[in-house]
Amino acid sequence: MDTLLQQLINGLTLGAVYALVALGYTMVYGIIGLINFAHGEVVMIGTMVAFTVIVSLAGSGMPPLLILGIGLLISVLVCMVLGWFLERVAYRPLRGAPRLTPLITAIGMSMVLQNVAMIIWGRNYITFPPMIEKHIFHIGGATFTNVQVAIVTIAALVMSGLIYLVHRTRLGMAMRATAQNPQVASLMGVDINRVIAMAFIIGSALGAVAGCMVGSYYEIAHYQMGFMLGLKAFTAAVLGGIGNLAGAMAGGILLGVIEALGAGYIGQLTGDFLGSHYQDIFAFVVLIVVLMFRPSGLFGERTGDRA
Amino acid sequence: MNDQLRRTVPWQRHWLAVVLITVVLLAVPFVAALGGQAWVRIANFAILYIFLALGLNIVVGYAGLLDLGYVAFYAVGAYVYALLASPHFGLHLPFWVILPLGAGVACLFGMLLGAPTLKLRGDYLAIVTLGFGEIVRIFLNNLNAPINVTNGAQGITLIDPIRIGDFSFADTTTIFGLQISGPQKYYYLLVALAIMVIIVNVRLQNSRVGRAWQAIREDEVAAKACGINTRNIKLLAFAMGASFGGIAGGVFSAMQGFVSPESFSLMESITILAMVVLGGMGHIPGVILGAILLTALPEVLRYGIEPLQDALFGRMIIDPESLRMLIFGLSMVLVMRFRPAGLWPSPQRRRELAESTR
Repeated sequence: MDTLLQQLINGLTLGAVYALVALGYTMVYGIIGLINFAHGEVVMIGTMVAFTVIVSLAGSGMPPLLILGIGLLISVLVCMVLGWFLERVAYRPLRGAPRLTPLITAIGMSMVLQNVAMIIWGRNYITFPPMIEKHIFHIGGATFTNVQVAIVTIAALVMSGLIYLVHRTRLGMAMRATAQNPQVASLMGVDINRVIAMAFIIGSALGAVAGCMVGSYYEIAHYQMGFMLGLKAFTAAVLGGIGNLAGAMAGGILLGVIEALGAGYIGQLTGDFLGSHYQDIFAFVVLIVVLMFRPSGLFGERTGDRA
Repeated sequence: MNDQLRRTVPWQRHWLAVVLITVVLLAVPFVAALGGQAWVRIANFAILYIFLALGLNIVVGYAGLLDLGYVAFYAVGAYVYALLASPHFGLHLPFWVILPLGAGVACLFGMLLGAPTLKLRGDYLAIVTLGFGEIVRIFLNNLNAPINVTNGAQGITLIDPIRIGDFSFADTTTIFGLQISGPQKYYYLLVALAIMVIIVNVRLQNSRVGRAWQAIREDEVAAKACGINTRNIKLLAFAMGASFGGIAGGVFSAMQGFVSPESFSLMESITILAMVVLGGMGHIPGVILGAILLTALPEVLRYGIEPLQDALFGRMIIDPESLRMLIFGLSMVLVMRFRPAGLWPSPQRRRELAESTR
């Protein structure tokens, strides 16, 4: 029972992070049908920028929470610019190109970002200075920290903000219109280019928030961290039905929980044949099984074949 | 139709080109050896990648199934060879048993991946194949306990080279006063294999199956309506692509004498896909060009960047390894920016693209 509760809590934390990153993938995909492979790298850059800001402000005598806030803010801003830049430079010129072309560009950009990060921050793991004093709470034999509480709360706030934006504002309406049919939307006076750029910018901002969370949760960062994180988050987005915001959130949390439970129980389930180092497999096994029965994800609309 | 034409013409009208290409192909390992055996190995890898890229071309280029886990089949072939011809299990089967066996096992894996994913399309398929590749890699990495099958992250060493009787591909022999090193022998073996793959690819392109793949790529529903058994034809694409990957893996094992899960990362799948797309999807000369360029470019950069930085600044300003990958990524972006259909697309595809962007 203790393990169950503990793994649920850990899974929820991890899932919140996956969900935020998955939103970045799903927003872009929903609007222009592109897998933005470089998104994981945007998250990584977000973590690294936050790290640099926090370290350079750590000695200034400012209150730790303020420093964290500044770090988060700057990292969000940097990532927004980065997202805009990616769209403008790498993807916009390729609209109307064959489907695989922007995919290769995305992979190329991801290599570029990774190596730029390595040149700037070095190839070693960097440790986050602990800014908040950790409190440990006990509940029914399981423990969780205030960092975990903060992660889940902030993620929930950011996601509700996004839902409000998409469903209640003019920009959100333009986004939904573009996702449905870009040509018609542009005839109705929607500036498609602006909407697509905004999808990248917002997605990257969410990624930066997730990056800061990962950094403060694991207290460690590495220039290659974006890759696996991005992969898992993309899996989460597909699990929920790519292009679907609520699906990405549910998929992210589901994936986090499954992974945590899997890592906790795999030894027992297989009679110690498979150990917890198979953790990474769960994401993919679940994905394959789900897609076998629901080919467009858990919450994806069953779209007919293209005419 | 003009495929009657295409079938007869190349050998007869272009005999000069054929002779020239033969001479160049024969000469490459000796020219490369002037710069050291390392360059012969690079040439070998270029051919191995041509092999892999053409295998993937069947799946992605012909049938239009986006496969991001192709390296899994390469890994399966490599490990089949490594396990059956190394001291790890004490087995030393001859290569002519293992290579087909590796191809068969890889083919089985191809079906295993293909069967549950038949209903998926486009990007869903991409992510599932990607997940499949990762699953295979994670298993290779961890199947050393409780029973040691793959020896985990350390990999398997001392793999037998390919041997025909007393003629081993690993060491240097002298034929007619000409010294031929191990890598140079493998080069000729690889060229022979690559030619085989190219012939299969060419023949497939205009065959009944090839046209069925093309139909599925362009519009699956319409293809089905025309009476194509899309399920079998798609499975066939997966199986064929996988078998080529398996053979390539076996040769890789034998050539390196060492395999570890590290060689079969997602990055490898992506690189092979990039060769196909960058060169010109579905177009054999394009894919070959893509494979050669993407193998050669990092190596050329490796040997070019350090001296260049040294000459410009007098010291290493930027870590050459990361600069190399940076330029590699950037060139991928630039090629796609200015030649969206690839460097050398098939004429048909270029026409389609011109129509759709107009």
